[in-house]
This record gives sequence, structure tokens and C-alpha cells, in this order.
Amino acid sequence: MIKKEMIAMLLAGGQGSRLGVLTSKVAKPAVAFGGKYRIIDFPLSNCINSGVDTVGVLTQYQPLRLNTHIGIGIPWDLDRNIGGVTVLPPYEKSKNSEWYTGTANAIYQNIEYMETFNPEYILILSGDHIYKMDYEVMLDFHKANGAECTIAVMPVPWEEASRFGIMIADENRKITEFEEKPANPRSNLASMGIYIFNWKTLKEALIAMADQPALDFGKHIIPYCHEKGAPMYAYEFNGYWKDVGTLSSYWEANMELIDIVPEFNLYEEYWKIYTRSEIQPPQYFAENSITERCIIGEGSEIYGEVYNSVIGCGVIIGKGTVVRDSIIMNKTVIGDGCEINKAIIAEDVVIGSNVKLGVGEEAENDTAPHIYNHGLVTIGEKSVIPDGVSVGKNSVISGQTEAADYENNYLASGKTLIKAGEV
Amino acid sequence: MRAIGIVLAGGNNHRMQALSQKRAICAMPVAGSYRSIDFTLSNMSNSHIQKVAVLTQYNSRSLNEHLNSSKWWDFGRKQGGLSVLTPTVTADNSNWYRGTADAIYQNLSFLKNSHEPYVIIASGDGIYKMDYNKVLEYHIDKKADITVVCRDMEPGTDIERFGTIRMDEEFRITEFEEKPLQAKSNTISCGIYVVRRRLLIEMIEKCAEEDRYDFVRDILIRYKDLKRIYGYKITDYWRNIASVEDYFKTNMDFLRPEVRDYFFRQYPDIYSKVEDLPPAKYNPGARVRNSLVSSGCIVNGVVENSVIFKKVYIGNNCVIKNSIILNDVYIGDNTYIENCIVESRDTIRANSSYVGEDGQIRIVVEKNERYTM
Repeated sequence: MIKKEMIAMLLAGGQGSRLGVLTSKVAKPAVAFGGKYRIIDFPLSNCINSGVDTVGVLTQYQPLRLNTHIGIGIPWDLDRNIGGVTVLPPYEKSKNSEWYTGTANAIYQNIEYMETFNPEYILILSGDHIYKMDYEVMLDFHKANGAECTIAVMPVPWEEASRFGIMIADENRKITEFEEKPANPRSNLASMGIYIFNWKTLKEALIAMADQPALDFGKHIIPYCHEKGAPMYAYEFNGYWKDVGTLSSYWEANMELIDIVPEFNLYEEYWKIYTRSEIQPPQYFAENSITERCIIGEGSEIYGEVYNSVIGCGVIIGKGTVVRDSIIMNKTVIGDGCEINKAIIAEDVVIGSNVKLGVGEEAENDTAPHIYNHGLVTIGEKSVIPDGVSVGKNSVISGQTEAADYENNYLASGKTLIKAGEV
Repeated sequence: MRAIGIVLAGGNNHRMQALSQKRAICAMPVAGSYRSIDFTLSNMSNSHIQKVAVLTQYNSRSLNEHLNSSKWWDFGRKQGGLSVLTPTVTADNSNWYRGTADAIYQNLSFLKNSHEPYVIIASGDGIYKMDYNKVLEYHIDKKADITVVCRDMEPGTDIERFGTIRMDEEFRITEFEEKPLQAKSNTISCGIYVVRRRLLIEMIEKCAEEDRYDFVRDILIRYKDLKRIYGYKITDYWRNIASVEDYFKTNMDFLRPEVRDYFFRQYPDIYSKVEDLPPAKYNPGARVRNSLVSSGCIVNGVVENSVIFKKVYIGNNCVIKNSIILNDVYIGDNTYIENCIVESRDTIRANSSYVGEDGQIRIVVEKNERYTM
């Protein structure tokens, strides 16, 4: 009989709407990060590096990019005869067919998948954090404490604690209480959304709570287990962990990679991050190019100047173009003589020549100021920007725009230009 | 596909000097991210050849490491796939491969157990893109027994180190000279052949009976008048790695936009083993001009007209000019390197200087001191 000690369930179905146009066509876990990676590469690589070789990936929102990226799991060595990676979308049932209505509901709908492997423990992960973590150490902690549920936590600054789910633990790290986004936090240990459950405990809880609408781990399953008196422990993690849920945190996390010795070091030998690499050639730098404080992916060609930026694979940056403080994703082409300041440019974008991004004074975004802020210019994937236009700060562009879409070749700060692209 | 593939990857070449000390020629790193055999293997894969044997002998470990999984070239198949065939001791044979024909003879069962009517034989040190189906069509069209891919070389090429060919107006080969003292033609054989599988078995067995071991000398040249041997002329980019000068020039060719466009941007791609290296990183002080840099590199200094392979560390105030730095080299601060090929895994101490004088290419081989320091 198949027996896996611990299997992982990776929640990758969310839209991540605070990433704006970056997730209009792809799920958040499939968004590019750090030049050549996608966000989901981090938990997937952690799994294989921790010896977890069976991973169910729960998908729902815009799964195409995610599916092609994961494939049969070759980049992560998750192509296995038994186990490996399995993509688990919602499916039709003879009755009560529904979408995944909450994090725990998604797991509930895949009880059969987990049962196949006869596991002792289930590791619940989310596909939207940047970190390196050895889940095996967490499992050892779980076992040593005789826990039925272990929640990974990390200390956050006290003033930010009210934004998180906060765990209150005794001196043995046993969780005594927890609070969801408390106004006056009594602890600064924030839940990272990483759980290890005994399979029996989890299964019992999922079935008992099955009828709860929008069944959620933080809101329903954890409180249920706590009420039942299951021993729950907080596993403190002190490494680098970054939520990249907003454009500004996403931008910052990318920028941290270009420090001389970054806190999150991709160059360590013993904990590699794996990804699907479609583009393999080396990078080319032309005679007059300058690249300083940046990381650049395979096959990119730089004819201009790049400072403080994260550049993906297969990107072309034209002559005389100056890129500063920006993120440019795979296969984007930028023409000659452009000025790109503090922009996030998604994949397959074509930018003409003499385009200026991020000019002028800041102004609040007119449609979604909670998404588009911090002076960033955000360009959605497969967008086209014509020659000679200037674009202000806190602005967003998506779709195949033409000169006629810009007034006097100018899009003012805070403006939104979203054009339905041709399909 | 109606053909199987044989990649000849066994030989050494003393013209590669110290560079073939620790690796097979076909495992030579090329163009920053690749190894020379990647080109032939990718061509085979892109031509939909599903069953390929790589015959290897000299320093075969280096090649075996590169070929440790066949999935990168899409050969991870139940039907066919990639086999790496090194010499083995059997009940009837305890010899190394004594030549290319002998190498095929010692693996004749690979040919006999296949059912595809044709065989594509290609040497593993060529840098080129080719759809072998086109050569096969030509072969069938010409009713040829053997088709030899050939190319007119530019004036100034060292023709004498190739096999030279003369053809009649029908492209039938009338003269074939291996490494002639004085070449009578500037058409050379690219070491790529198409032949019917049964005919190949027949000729190889005959060769073995007569204690002959070389495919070019003992089959192509010997059968030249007896069999219908045709030339298939190509004009596209083709180089082979046969000497330090060729190797240097071939790598530098990739600094030309048309060469990069041809290999890197035009369909289909060239594939290589994926090494999961992070993006290359450029710190303050980095100035890279007209150069190629591969993944996993960290650059703090100046690089000009050079090809930097994977996972190279270039320290502060370094100047690298007109050089090739192979994989996993560490270059300490304030180092000057010009006209050099720096062997892989070298540790270059800080404040050193290496210069190839008078336009000569200097090969730099240093110890890897990083794990012992």
C-alpha cells in the first residue's frame, strides 16, 4: 500500500487582486518574481528540498499559466512514479458541485486525493510567499511536541501585528489563544499560513465543518481544532519571509534581491530555487551598455543602461534607454531612447521608442488608489505602448494601446488606461 | 521519422591542448550556456529523430555527466530515447573503439535492433542548426547510397585539417581526401552523413572483417567509386571545435548579432541541461561591454569583448578583455585578464595578471582553491 509520511497541499487558486493588472490574466502564484522565477517556485522548491515529494496544487483562478509552468513537475524533480506534483482544480460532482469556496473547502474537496497516499501528516502551504523553509524541521518540531496541529509563525513588528492572525503561545510554544487581526495585539507572533496537521485531526475537522460556507483555515478549522482541545503549537521561523500581496511589497521584495549581499540570497548552493527555464542562452551586453545593481535573466539583450532593476529572461532593452528602479518581466521588448522609472512591466510587453514612464508629480490613482500607489507605473502583460508617449506615476496601462489613446502623447499621473486586448 | 541517429563523440584532439585534459571535446562549453554536443542533440530532437546513440570513449565521464538525463533534449521516451554507448568488454571483444567504424561495429546491435530504414551519423563537435529531414529527402531524391553534408569554407580557413571533397555537376562525390597535405578544393565534409541502415550494417561488417576501423578512410573514401556518394551543400553557419583557435573564434562569433539571432531567437531552439542557476547579478563597479554573460554569474568588474560562462564570480576592479571564462571560475579582486581562455573551476587569486601575448590565446589552468582554502 502506498504510504507517504507527509504530503503537501499548496493553495494556488487565489487571484491576488491587490496585484492589479499583474493578475488580470494569471493567478498570483504564477506571477514572475526575481528575474526568472515565479512565486510558486519558492514553496515548490522548499517542498522538494525538504524531502516532501508529493504535492497537490489547488488551482482555480486563471490556471493556464500555472498549469503550463508546473507541467509534470520536471523542474522541481517532482515527476515521480508515486506522488510527485498533481494539479487539483475544482471538479463536478454528482451533487453539490461547487467552486473552491475557501481555503479549507478546497482541501475538503480533495480528501480523496490525500487519502490515496495514506499520510500521517498534511502540510498546508500557500502559493504567495517568498521564503526558504525546511518543512522537515517543522515536522520534527510537530512530532517532538506531540502536536496535532503546528502553525508556523514569525515575529512581526508590534505596530504591524494588527494586520495579521496573531498566535498567543505559552513558554513551551503551545498555542493558548489566537486572534484574527486584533486591534490591541497581545503577541507579535503572526501566522504565516503554513500548517502541519495530523491527517486524522484534519480529516475529522474538515468533515465536521463541511457545511460551513467559505470554509477557511484561519477562521474555522483552527478555531474548531482549538475548541476540541487538540494540542496546537507555534513553530517560530526567523528567516526571510515576504508576503508579496501588494504591488509595493512585490516591488520591494524584488528590489531587495539586488543588494550586494541580499538578505534573501538566491546564490546559496544548498537550498536552490528551481523553475522552468524555457530561455537558456546567455545575456548580451552591447558596447555602450551599463548595468549596475541589477539582476538579469537568461537571453536578455541590453543595449541601454539599467540601474537598480530586476530584469527577466529574453528581455530586450534598446539603445539609449535608461531603466531605473524597475521590474521587467520575461520577453518584454523596450525600444530606443526610453526612460523607465519605478515601473513594473509584466511579460510580453512591447514598448516603443522614446517612451517615458514614471514622469511628473505623484497623484492618487483614479480607479484603485489602494492598489496603484507608491509612485509605481504598472503595465499589464502583452500590453503595447506606442512611440513617444509619457506616462505619469501611480498609473496603470493594460492592453494594446495606440497613440490615439493618449492625450497629447501623455497619460497623467494617477490615470488608468485599460483597453480590452484582442483575443 | 524514418531515421535513427548516431552521434560520434569519442575522439580526443591534441589541438585542443590543455582544454581536453579533463573533458571530451563534445562536452566543451560553448556560447556561454551550452556544450558542443547540445547542438547536434537538439538538431536530432528538432528533426524528430526519436532514437539516438552517442558513442563516447575519451574522457567520457565529462560527457556522461552532461547527458545524465535525456529529458533536456526531449529524449526521455519509451519509444527510442537516448543511449550513451561506451566501449564494453564482451565475450568476443576486449578492445577500445579503434576508430569511428569500429565504434559503430561494436554497437552493431543498436543498428540491427532498429527498424527505421535510415541512419543519420553526425559528429558531436559541430556548432550548427540543421533539419536532417531535408538532408534525408535529398538523399532519397538522389537515390544516393551515402550523403555527405559539406560546405564551402571561407578563404583563409585551415582547410587541411578537414576532409576535402570534389563533386561533379550532379553533386556526386568524385574525390574525397582526408586531411590533405595540399587541399584541391575548399569544399569540406561537415562530418554529417545519411546512409541506409542495412547498407551501413553491411559495410561496417565488411570493414570489421578486414580489420579496418575508420568510417571516413575505410568506408567513404574506399567506396567512393563503388557506391553512389553525394554531397549536400549547406551555406548556413557551421563550425567545429577542433583546435583552440577554432574554439575561441566560435565562441566570439556569438558576439555577432546575426549569429545570436540565428541560434538563440530563430525557431527551433537549442537545448541544454538545466542547471537551476539564479539570474546574473551586476553590482556597483560592473561595466560589461560587447560581451555574453551566463546565469549564476556575479560581476563586480569590467568585462569587454568576452564570453563569460555560468557561475563565474568577477571581483572588484577586475578587467577582463577579449577572453573566455569557463564555468564556475572565481576571479579575485584587481585581476587583469586579456586574450585568455580560463579553464573551468579555476580559482584566480586577487591581483593576478594573465595576458596572451602577440595575439596568441593563452590557456589559464589554475587549481580550484576554494574548497581547500
